[in-house]
Amino acid sequence: MMNMIKKVLPAIALTLSTQTALAMSEHPMWVGQVILDQLEIRDADEGRVMAWELDAWYGGDLNKLYFASEGERLMAPEEDEEDPATEGAETRLAWSRALSPNWDWQLGVRRDWQPDDPNRDWGSIGLQGLAPYWFEVNTHLFVGEDGLSNLRLEAEYELMFTQKLVLVPSLEANLYGKEDDELGVGKGLADIEAGLRLRYEIRREIAPYIGVNWEKQYGDTADFTRNAGGKTEEGSVVAGIRLWF
Amino acid sequence: MNTPHPFSLPRRRFVQGLALGAAGLGLSLSPRQLLATQGHTGAPVISGDTFHLTLGGADVNITGKPRQATTINGIVPGPTLRWREGDTVTIKVTNLLPETSSIHWHGLLLPFQMDGVPGLSFDGIKPGETFTYQFPIVQSGTYWYHSHSGFQEQTGLYGSIIIDPKTPDPQPFDREQVIMLSDWSDEDPKHIYATLKKVSHYYNFNERTVFDTLRDFREKGVLKTLKDRHMWNTMRMSDRDLADVTGYTYTYLMNGQSPNGNWTCQFNPGERIKLRFINASAMTFFDIRIPGLDMTVVAMDGQPVKPVDFHEVRLGVAETLDVIVAPKDDRAYTLFAQSIDRSGFARGTLTPDPAYTAEVPAMDEPPLLGHTEMGMGSMDHGTMNHDMGDMDHSTMDHDMSSMDHNAMSHEGMQHNGMAVPFAMDPANPDLAPRDSATEHLPSEFGPGVDMRAMAPGEMLADPGIGLRDRDWKVLTYADMETAGGPPDSLHPDREIVLHLTGNMSRYMWSFNGIPFADAQPLELYHNERVRITLVNDTMMTHPIHLHGLWSDLELGDGKLLRKHTITVKPGEKLSYLVRADALGRWAYHCHLLYHMDAGMFREVRVIAKDGSQSMPAMDHHQHGEGA
Repeated sequence: MMNMIKKVLPAIALTLSTQTALAMSEHPMWVGQVILDQLEIRDADEGRVMAWELDAWYGGDLNKLYFASEGERLMAPEEDEEDPATEGAETRLAWSRALSPNWDWQLGVRRDWQPDDPNRDWGSIGLQGLAPYWFEVNTHLFVGEDGLSNLRLEAEYELMFTQKLVLVPSLEANLYGKEDDELGVGKGLADIEAGLRLRYEIRREIAPYIGVNWEKQYGDTADFTRNAGGKTEEGSVVAGIRLWF
Repeated sequence: MNTPHPFSLPRRRFVQGLALGAAGLGLSLSPRQLLATQGHTGAPVISGDTFHLTLGGADVNITGKPRQATTINGIVPGPTLRWREGDTVTIKVTNLLPETSSIHWHGLLLPFQMDGVPGLSFDGIKPGETFTYQFPIVQSGTYWYHSHSGFQEQTGLYGSIIIDPKTPDPQPFDREQVIMLSDWSDEDPKHIYATLKKVSHYYNFNERTVFDTLRDFREKGVLKTLKDRHMWNTMRMSDRDLADVTGYTYTYLMNGQSPNGNWTCQFNPGERIKLRFINASAMTFFDIRIPGLDMTVVAMDGQPVKPVDFHEVRLGVAETLDVIVAPKDDRAYTLFAQSIDRSGFARGTLTPDPAYTAEVPAMDEPPLLGHTEMGMGSMDHGTMNHDMGDMDHSTMDHDMSSMDHNAMSHEGMQHNGMAVPFAMDPANPDLAPRDSATEHLPSEFGPGVDMRAMAPGEMLADPGIGLRDRDWKVLTYADMETAGGPPDSLHPDREIVLHLTGNMSRYMWSFNGIPFADAQPLELYHNERVRITLVNDTMMTHPIHLHGLWSDLELGDGKLLRKHTITVKPGEKLSYLVRADALGRWAYHCHLLYHMDAGMFREVRVIAKDGSQSMPAMDHHQHGEGA
């Protein structure tokens, strides 16, 4: 992975410096985008939680360097003894390669940043794109230390009420190949997260939204959480903003 | 040496003056005062055989905000160049921009070193340098010139060319006027291009909503709607995708004036007026009409055609059209040019008295793309719909291609009875063997190609989307014919097939699925007659421009229409004949600026057939020593 980055970065620098004024694409222009898909406050049981989901890419039509990050941070704990803290965050770096008109495959690494537990690293392979009927689909298989594996399925849909008012249902499921005490996950389906967000695009790049988010754990994962005294299901009202440039 | 700066105002003020129409309304100048201030000629005309053009930058104010434009002699559009057929013109072009620039003479026959395409004709004009163009004028008519560097064409580097014929004009007129249409954005064009690469539908504010589908349920029935939607949804295509860049960011200009500016031309009732329409847009197809006035076409792309009366025409990017109008009444007329997606319009007024105005028509509802644009041909839509709904779309194009052999292959075309061999070159993936024009090459399957027309058809007589239900005459290619009969042979020696391909959501555009960056030059042999067949496998309309050589569009029945830019509608298959009579390296591309930049571009090389004669070299000695 590092080797790839070492190769890609000078190429980026070179491309930026050799943009010519030719009226044709002998040197195709590279483009980048940063999408803060979710930046929101969740009204959760443990207190006010900030959550984010960010994607960024840079590259050409077929090959892109891809970066993603998501996580949650407890902002205002219900119980006074708790401190505001990042509860967990995940970053992913991948090489994204166009596979077909609507699909890209991605090869990369993921790191889980955990405040209490050691950080975890995963290799990842994924498929990302637009399924028939305009469902945005992300599937990733992560392979971690000690043979741990995590299959993640995500789908999202944009339902347009007007040219600016868009309702976005989303669904995410995580499955694990084997149990891991440290992570607190069991084998099989571990959790499902569903969301419904209504956004208003002031302009395409700037869209405040409100919505609801619901998470539930299943199977052994839920048992782990129950044994530790946690809740296995949580619904919250969310308010946030979607930004990109 | 002829008038490098034919005006006395400081450059900055003059450019702002171009937007005076808009500003002037605020100052409540009367139309008569306005006309007196700005003149009614549009850009100044400079004539002769020696010219000096200076490419520079200046602030313009089109939308109410000052923005940096690229200018020619300080103005947008640049001055109108008036030449005489038979002269040799010399044009010194000085580049004061901070980046390499160029001027391409669109539609002109000239030595390729004078064609002004950086990388093919010459190295471009570096900042501070002067390049001297010199070439004989061997044609007459309405043409235009523009930068062929970067996105400078979008920011104002364009102007018109009128070439007076040696022999008297067969269509005499009392007054003539250039009507140059263009699209202006306050955005940096690099930003527009990058935005399209990020979110290709960014500028489309006519997307399908839940309520549109509910209305379809009511009007067409649930089952029919679902079947119809099925096709679009499985292909992940939008039936609302008429223009990549729209009135959301564009202000449409007529001779540099915004619609509020209301560019105005004065006439005397009873005069025959020649209007020379030029579409100098970067991305916009215009539907032009003059409510209350019949137009008679007399030339297209500078070349005389047999006159035809009509009321409306869709003018493709880079095309030119000469029409005669003869208003008899003492009243004003609106020159109305709405964009193909109905997101905006350019507008001006023809009037005997500046105090008169005419009603500006409302824009039409944006049309929806349909089966024709899908490339399903002109078959019965009702029955077609059923068959298609159940079939797998990815396999369908194969099934259909077999039809092409028998039914669709150049029907109605004038042939000498012998098959024209497809040009083949094992080294060039564009020229891989094909069994038919609609057979797809392996390169047309990949991430860069999101659809293939299943049964592309002949659509020369089709006015195009949004103009099919007019109750007045819409001019089409099929209505026209080059005056004096076919200007060259009807019989090609070889045939080259190119499919226009793209992926809308990735914003990739190419020929045969191969972008310019990965392509090899198309080689034509000197003086051979080649048929180029284009098949549009996309949902967009593409104006395809071949530099340096005429494109003689095959209309059937032995008729040709001589052009420099040919608009190909979605789902259309057409062909034209090219006489490769000019050696050298020529650009060949879609004239939608952002499509060209994305890779819908080829180099065409005209070479001596035996290979003994080498290509003429690029001329490096024309560069001056700075301005």
